[in-house]
Amino acid sequence: MSLELKQVTKIIGADTHIYPTSLTLQRGGINILLGTTLAGKTTLMQLMAGLERPTAGEIWFDGKNVTGTPVQQRNVSMVYQQFINYPNFTVFDNIASPLRVAGLDGTEINKRVKQVAELLKISTMLERRPSELSGGQQQRTAMARALVKDSDLILLDEPLANLDFKLREELREELPRLFAERNCIVVYATTEPAEALQFAGHTAALHEGRVTQFGPTGDIYRRPIDLTSARVLSEPPINIAKVIKRGTQFVLTDNVKWRAPKGLSKLADGDYTIGIRPHHVSPAKSSSKNLPIEGTVQVAELSGSESIIHFNAYGNAWVSLSHGVHPFMAGEQATLYADIDRCLYFDADKRLIVN
Amino acid sequence: MDKTANHKAWFFVLPVLMLVAFNAIIPLMTVVNYSVQETFGDNNFFWAGVLWFEEVLRSERFHASLGRQLFFTFSILAIEVPLGVAIALAMPRKGIWVSVCLVLMAMPLLIPWNVVGAIWNIFALPNIGLLGQMLNGLGIDYNFTRQPGDAWFTLITMDVWHWTSLVVLLAYAGLASIPEAYYQAAKIDGASSWAIFRYIQLPKMKRVLTIAVLLRFMDSFNIYTEPFVLTGGGPGNSTTLLSIDLVKVALGQFDLGPAAAMSLIYFLVILLLSWVFYTLMMRGEEQ
Repeated sequence: MSLELKQVTKIIGADTHIYPTSLTLQRGGINILLGTTLAGKTTLMQLMAGLERPTAGEIWFDGKNVTGTPVQQRNVSMVYQQFINYPNFTVFDNIASPLRVAGLDGTEINKRVKQVAELLKISTMLERRPSELSGGQQQRTAMARALVKDSDLILLDEPLANLDFKLREELREELPRLFAERNCIVVYATTEPAEALQFAGHTAALHEGRVTQFGPTGDIYRRPIDLTSARVLSEPPINIAKVIKRGTQFVLTDNVKWRAPKGLSKLADGDYTIGIRPHHVSPAKSSSKNLPIEGTVQVAELSGSESIIHFNAYGNAWVSLSHGVHPFMAGEQATLYADIDRCLYFDADKRLIVN
Repeated sequence: MDKTANHKAWFFVLPVLMLVAFNAIIPLMTVVNYSVQETFGDNNFFWAGVLWFEEVLRSERFHASLGRQLFFTFSILAIEVPLGVAIALAMPRKGIWVSVCLVLMAMPLLIPWNVVGAIWNIFALPNIGLLGQMLNGLGIDYNFTRQPGDAWFTLITMDVWHWTSLVVLLAYAGLASIPEAYYQAAKIDGASSWAIFRYIQLPKMKRVLTIAVLLRFMDSFNIYTEPFVLTGGGPGNSTTLLSIDLVKVALGQFDLGPAAAMSLIYFLVILLLSWVFYTLMMRGEEQ
């Protein structure tokens, strides 16, 4: 089972929402569309579902061209960021609605609704109406409706974005299990890299209507092909700095330089860009190979047991994300330590140099 | 539920209470005062008890006006609410036509009530009015000043013309607040347009429609100016609605006691029916 996008393009008016995109999604695991708001995640999902028709290009499902097939004939289901349920149906009737449209008989409907409600832990709420449920329960109902009809394709468009932290964590843990045994393709859109990493599966990094990279999530995270993909995969944003290679050394400023890693020693001298993820910059020194970065603290936030320190150094804004509580005052001079072995190097075209 | 006792808070409510007292409670109390007394001019008042209430409630004239009033109100509700919803559904959702439609819809609401009456009076005159001439030209014997049926037809048409827009605007606002995702979800389910209307749009419009029905009910039950200018209650008493009858009793005959009793009964009928409407429409929405 596969969903294949061939040079799919979407242009509305004068705006290109999706640039020619080719992508093959397989059954098994979750396919993640990762990108910021307006990156084109929702448009891409609507194209996959058949809610929108591509301006150019083709969509193939299981070896069949379904580009012109309307959504009703495609057997897809979708879960939205808002909790979409029929307002005056009970939870049971909401979940049963796709089956009733499909014309299944009562006992079968009853059996399947009970089953999926059990899976989503809403069995005790079947007689209630959506307005009597919490946000998390409403979204569980919407998911149950998507799962009940054995779709070939399930699309989830930031389903956890409107939930509060605890409910989000709870559902996020359950999600991979919900889809594990299903014979369908699951596509999940999110703005959060952490969510993508937690689900594993495959990730398509999206930026301004383009899929910049697609592959197993871990691979994309470790080896983003370019700076754009690296940015999409990092939250807080990845630290970027311009460096110059001189002989065997990379130079950030006259007094901050380090030895080029082995694989890169033969690289031509000149301008390069480095990317260091925030959690590889820490107020505590972890090894003698750490690169000290001296700067002025802008803001230091504490989030649970993590510290996020924003600081300016050498004309760049930097972010550090570290475990433990590291109190800093705004305006304070501080030295932070970058784990330079984890640094990503990009060439003049902002493409990753593999070492 | 913990409530903190804060007696100072009453001082903040006081100005509003005084305002309400001056413009509602005190006038209402003078009406109550009149309704239980007999007067012979020269400000001589005598206690009459519930005499006027009994008289009004037994009066066939009052029954007839109340009947006409109920007929009028339920007719215009039965036309304006479905028509308003239908027009709101047919209106465009985006583009420049939205503002054009909204302005056109708001027009009748901006016209003063007596002008609406005057416009329709002239418009419908059988010999010189555009509508009257046209209907008679088509061979229909139409004369709203002579035939009660024609008077009712004109009265109801005028109200529909004047007030359907209000329902349209409220229903349109209700429709505009439904996220696009609902329609997409329904489309994915393969729901028909009737199902979308019945199970998404209508429930989502319920609150604004309740307001629309209540407003139209109360306003139409209180209607005075337009029928007064259009038909003056005639021909005969055929379009004498409650408010017109009340004015005849109070100012025409200067029967202050019965008129006051009638006003209070009128007020209680509106209150009761509004409550019934509200309770029926809000059934099943406990929170």
